[in-house]
Amino acid sequence: MGKWNVKFKMKDNVPNNQHSDFILSMIAMVCSFLVAGIFILLVGQSPVAAYIALFQGAFGSVSSIANTLCKSVPLMFTGIAVAFAMKGGLLNVGAEGQLYIGALASVVLALKLPNLPGFILLPVSILFGCLGGMVWGGIAGFLKAKRGVNEVIVTLMMNYIAILFTSYLVNGPFKAEGMVPQTEVVPTGAAFPKLIPRTQLTVTLFLAILVVILVYLFLQKTSWGYEIRAVGENSSAAEAGGIHITKTTILTMAISGGIAALAGISESLGTYGRFIDNFSPSFGFTGIAIAVLGKGNPFGTIITAILFGAMDAGSMRMNRVAGISASMVNVIQGLVILFIAAPQIYRILLAGRRKS
Amino acid sequence: MEQLSSILTGDFILLTLRLAIPIILAAIGETFCERSGVMNLGIEGMMLIGALSGVLGSFFSGEPWVGVVFAIIVGAGIGFIYALLCVRYKADQVVCGIGLNMLSLGFTTAMVHAVWNRDGMSGTVAQVENVSIPILKNIPLLGRLFEKQSPFLYLTLIIVAASWYFMYKTKIGLRLRAIGDHPQAAESVGINVTRYRYASVILCGILASIAGAYLSIVQNNLFVQNMVAGRGFMAIAANIFGGWNPVGSFLASLVFAFAQALRLNLADLNIPDQFIQMLPYGLTLIVLVGVAKKAKGPEALGKI
Repeated sequence: MGKWNVKFKMKDNVPNNQHSDFILSMIAMVCSFLVAGIFILLVGQSPVAAYIALFQGAFGSVSSIANTLCKSVPLMFTGIAVAFAMKGGLLNVGAEGQLYIGALASVVLALKLPNLPGFILLPVSILFGCLGGMVWGGIAGFLKAKRGVNEVIVTLMMNYIAILFTSYLVNGPFKAEGMVPQTEVVPTGAAFPKLIPRTQLTVTLFLAILVVILVYLFLQKTSWGYEIRAVGENSSAAEAGGIHITKTTILTMAISGGIAALAGISESLGTYGRFIDNFSPSFGFTGIAIAVLGKGNPFGTIITAILFGAMDAGSMRMNRVAGISASMVNVIQGLVILFIAAPQIYRILLAGRRKS
Repeated sequence: MEQLSSILTGDFILLTLRLAIPIILAAIGETFCERSGVMNLGIEGMMLIGALSGVLGSFFSGEPWVGVVFAIIVGAGIGFIYALLCVRYKADQVVCGIGLNMLSLGFTTAMVHAVWNRDGMSGTVAQVENVSIPILKNIPLLGRLFEKQSPFLYLTLIIVAASWYFMYKTKIGLRLRAIGDHPQAAESVGINVTRYRYASVILCGILASIAGAYLSIVQNNLFVQNMVAGRGFMAIAANIFGGWNPVGSFLASLVFAFAQALRLNLADLNIPDQFIQMLPYGLTLIVLVGVAKKAKGPEALGKI
């Protein structure tokens, strides 16, 4: 009985249903575009012209839509990876490092076994990459569960270690001929097929959507998923209910790391066909924004990832046509995170309006 | 042996000190912030904004110290906004910090584009000059510390000493430490926890901003895109490595700066560069794992 009381109380205090979540996310988006609009005015340009150019750059033609989707694929992976850990009450700031480890592991395996037929080599490479990410994420889970070390700090530090370690490997042992620090191109069998010719979009788009849905089903429909959510909602109650906290914590971080790794794998085996030093423009950190905005809801995650991908894709046109630095989209994205991180802003503002 | 002797020169020690300055300032800022219970992962972004503010102030006035003052004002402003979000609106501190970093990177790059109409780099501006201190510079051996050094070196050392004194020898410092561990208890004896938190976060913003300005208008004479390059995260690491103590943060920053100086000086060392760069993060992880149960930092960190 006690357990149920706690649950109902939580529902009463926090209007945490899907409907109001969606509205909050929308308000955050609109506020961010408005505030960024003020910045654009300050630098002496027209926000309307800028946003029109941004939209055209993101959705104006088949190739720009393909570009938008291509840029949203890694964000779907990192977004759902972070959201998954959040459901288990853990903040995985280490998706960035996990995706580097995963990407390099998959590429190295593909390069080492070039003679395997494609239909075996590609899945094996993907799995090996995921395993790399799982180990990298699992270490943070292990340290959290066994030693009580804050997972935020551990994953943050491990990001740098992963980026530097992979950088060492592609500058040294696995470096291809030439000036650029990158590996050789993977065998065709290990590369994801292109979805639209002459674009960078590959079938990883379907893989990403599939993974997002599978994660949702795993959390909602399986007993492991239930245990992870139980620990996330109230770990002491979950422990009292017989759930093994240590095991669940490690499992949560490992799976989250494995999913994050897919972001790196899809970029390496899909978009580029090789591992390139420092290839990620902080997909892992943007994934935190996607997770917070999408609330772990599959539809919300996919839409948010596409929105962020659209901003990245459209930024070049905004730069060319409206004369605004492409970095302005980072301002918008940063603002979205700040607005969504503080939902109390709206509650307090709304309460203030009701009073007056 | 030859390599060892090249490390132990005065030049190398001075280089280490110079490289440590921005990390020390930011790490002490982080120490104040975390002692009040607010985790500031946005310090990297605060430094970046400070770096740009310094250059802007120097650019528009022609006077580098105006740049420093402008950076301090802007830093206080960013600190205030961050405190507003994390303390008043109880935002998730980790998410907020990451948002601030993304915002700052985009904003500074866009501003450089708007002011100088080019990508990646600002124009050159007036730089804070080095100073020599008469008399003191004639002391044998130690004299070099006082000859043609940045005034920020002395400023930083004063800040280290003052922060330590403030945190461990004054009543306000004692209260600050109490707030980080037991905010409710502090509240119940009449301490205004919110006010302390605002002050700490604003102080952190100011120190981070000075650290950024040091990079842009003291060490250099221009702003370069993403010029903080992870020093903010290094400062967070130094704060943990130093045990949430200003003097500890100072010593940890020196260790990290020593690693940086090694990279600059010993290109022919047999250790790959990336492994030396990893040192701060690896050391911090080891400390965290090794003493996690003993030194956890402020108990109520991140819970507002």
